[in-house]
Amino acid sequence: MTALAALIRRDIKIALRVGGGALIGVLFFLTVVVLMPFAVGPDLALLTRLGPAILWLGALLASLLTLDRLFTADHDDGSLDLIVMGRTPLELACAAKALAHWLAAGLPLVIATPVLGLLLNLDALSTSAVALTLLAGTPALTFTGMIGAALAVTLHRGGLLLAVLVLPLSIPVLIFGVAASQAAISGLSFGAPFSILCALSLISFVIGPFAAAASLRHGLD
Amino acid sequence: MRLSGRGVRCVRGGRDVFSDLDFEASAGEALAIIGANGSGKTSLLRMIAGLLAIAEGSIGLEGGEAELTLPEQAHYLGHRDALKPALSVIENLAFWRDFLGGEPSDSRESLSAVGLDHAVDLPAAYLSAGQRRRLSIARLLTVRRPVWLLDEPTNALDVAGQSMFARLMGDHLKGGGLIVAATHAPLGIAARELRIGSVS
Repeated sequence: MTALAALIRRDIKIALRVGGGALIGVLFFLTVVVLMPFAVGPDLALLTRLGPAILWLGALLASLLTLDRLFTADHDDGSLDLIVMGRTPLELACAAKALAHWLAAGLPLVIATPVLGLLLNLDALSTSAVALTLLAGTPALTFTGMIGAALAVTLHRGGLLLAVLVLPLSIPVLIFGVAASQAAISGLSFGAPFSILCALSLISFVIGPFAAAASLRHGLD
Repeated sequence: MRLSGRGVRCVRGGRDVFSDLDFEASAGEALAIIGANGSGKTSLLRMIAGLLAIAEGSIGLEGGEAELTLPEQAHYLGHRDALKPALSVIENLAFWRDFLGGEPSDSRESLSAVGLDHAVDLPAAYLSAGQRRRLSIARLLTVRRPVWLLDEPTNALDVAGQSMFARLMGDHLKGGGLIVAATHAPLGIAARELRIGSVS
């Protein structure tokens, strides 16, 4: 347990310090959402209707943007070798790294959502619905994205490849995330799509670490 | 405790680097891997560390802790220092002490053993190449592991650093440890030579 706590603490500390990249995701999210009203035009009804989709798309792209650093930084400085050799099972170490990444880069997206909701003419209920679905759904994006990050670890500039690799895995999360938010706003059944979103997150917690550990072991060179 | 390899073959990128290699080292003994550039010294170390697949043959450790694998009982000091520039010297070392586990000793003591006690709170980004190497060496001291796998360990170390490291390696061997080092420069301790690659 000490080992995993140490790994989580270290990754969060690095992410929050200068050049760590925790803020890059939030800033990108902010940029996408701020630009959207200018592109769509001053049609408030249209903005309200598109709001949840824009927030979800922004969050998805922001989390893909930061994910490629998850393993490459450790691979480049040799830390990954020592993590693989260590007495902590690699699956647990991967899960700890993903958790740290979500705390440093995913959670800020959820926290920023209420502020950005204002820009998209969303009322308090809609904004909190989107924030809740993001809270339930962004861990799934991190844990499935981790698989792509592990596959692309030995490739330099694997960032774009990562986005393509995890695209099929992030589509269901996007569909049910937006569906649950829309359902809450229009007063339809919120429970069903939200449960599926939570289920997707739970599945990714189980599959992500094992798949990432397997591809890290295979990709070692 | 005895580390041994039997009929080890290494293939890199579809090309045979070496094959049918036998080696052996017992507790308290150092093995120096000697060979030309590209002869597979680093590959052999990484095979022992479990970081590279063994194409043929086997590598094993007898008489270690039964429930631990060979890589779990080994320290690997590679070309890359495994240091995070954003963290301070003591934070880098404390992380590896907590992550690697085992029987930890005092981090500050390890830092003074490698002559870095004046730079405890300095971010690792400001360290010179030699200081980075010294910090990596402190990692070997802060968590006890019987097997040390060293890849060009004296690179970037000054003369004082080399003799300091030779003394630390001597202490490790006296304590029943075992060292396998790939090197071009003399290690400064008595070591059995293992020549690999074509003899020139």
